[in-house]
Amino acid sequence: MTLLSIRGLTKRFGAAEVLKGVDLEVNKGEVVSIIGASGSGKTTLLRCVNLLEDFDGGEIVLDDVAIGYVKRNGTRRRLGERELARQRAMTGMVFQSFNLFPHLTALGNVMLGLLKVRHMAKAEAKTLAMNWLSRVGLSDRAMHLPSQLSGGQQQRVAIARALAMDPKLVLLDEITSALDPELVGEVLDTIKSLAKEGTTMLIVTHEMRFARDVAHRTIFMDGGLIAEQGPSAKLFRNPGNARLKEFLKRANI
Amino acid sequence: MEQFLHELWIARWPLAQGLLLTVEISVASITCGTIIGLFGGIGLTYGKWFLRWPIRVLVDCIRGIPVLVLILASFYLLTFAGINLTAIESGLLALSIFCGAHMGEIIRGALQSIPPGQIDAARAIGLTFPRILAYVLLPQAMRQIMPVWINTGAELVKASTLLSVIGTGELLFRTQEIIGRNFMTLEFYGLCGILYFLVNSMIERFGKFAGQRFALQ
Repeated sequence: MTLLSIRGLTKRFGAAEVLKGVDLEVNKGEVVSIIGASGSGKTTLLRCVNLLEDFDGGEIVLDDVAIGYVKRNGTRRRLGERELARQRAMTGMVFQSFNLFPHLTALGNVMLGLLKVRHMAKAEAKTLAMNWLSRVGLSDRAMHLPSQLSGGQQQRVAIARALAMDPKLVLLDEITSALDPELVGEVLDTIKSLAKEGTTMLIVTHEMRFARDVAHRTIFMDGGLIAEQGPSAKLFRNPGNARLKEFLKRANI
Repeated sequence: MEQFLHELWIARWPLAQGLLLTVEISVASITCGTIIGLFGGIGLTYGKWFLRWPIRVLVDCIRGIPVLVLILASFYLLTFAGINLTAIESGLLALSIFCGAHMGEIIRGALQSIPPGQIDAARAIGLTFPRILAYVLLPQAMRQIMPVWINTGAELVKASTLLSVIGTGELLFRTQEIIGRNFMTLEFYGLCGILYFLVNSMIERFGKFAGQRFALQ
């Protein structure tokens, strides 16, 4: 069953065309990783899906709902802020730089969306948030501020914060790039366990081994287009595209 | 000394009233000023150009005018517009506007220093912009400006002495009245200075306490 469907997505920053017509389908429960050199448009693609960037052409459909824009009588209109916020809540996102709220504890970070977006009662939100913190192995750090946590712990709180909102799709944007090498493992293990439970994820990553081991399907982006895609095992073993071959060789997998 | 204590005893109520009024005016104007500054700072940071530019011009003008001129203007000029304010009211108005302009600039600085990733993360969990401001941006900005805010409070206490020129019965004005009666210039100005110092050192102490209480570390 198709959960996310991107058709002909285009996006430009001034004169530079960053996405030149991307088509992508993601099924429910599928884990798809996006690899490619920096500047190939991976992160922009992810940010468009969560409406953190406007896009210029094409459409994004999530669970049968057109995201971000409505077409009426041939004109394309951006949805209002309120509606955009409602749609953003359907996807969860984890960032390279964690972006935890520094004035809130780990628990407070996870609870904020539950209280102010999903309008849960405080006790209910707390139970759910604690539940998620313990799933990422941090129930004993619930009352710590982000500044008192290691990078890996902060990123796991960020994962809990995104997942607690019960999103239909989770977007992970280079979530291990800002981590010390010895902290990468704990974050990737968390993602692996989520993948096993059937969470639908779209992952932009530089960890080739991780993409190969966790993602059902891998997409190679080059110059704002999807240059090659296929089942991860096959794509890494037997890359067809010359640029992908070179990219993988340089990534040293 | 005995004579000073005797005169002090006679002047105790006017002095207390003056001190109380000084504190009241300072608290009221920093409260109003902070509210003005919040709107100003938010407008300066996130407003579209047609909101940002008028605020920018206003803030820069007010910050360029000496407080004393602001006080005299709000006392004398508004009467030409048919608005009659008492000395206290026009003093409050001037100090609030002065404080508001400074706070607006301070709050703008604090908001702009918050990494854009904070807004991304708040949007990603589905918060609307007013909620992002209320729960993510302003709490961080307010913690950051706490020391400067306290400092502005102390500045306002000092600036409130200027209200004596329009006849507001605050501490300095009362002191001058008392000196006019008993001619003990040195003693009563000294006392007045000590009282201002006490008020401001209390503010500073509160600031240190609050700074530790709300620190992000």
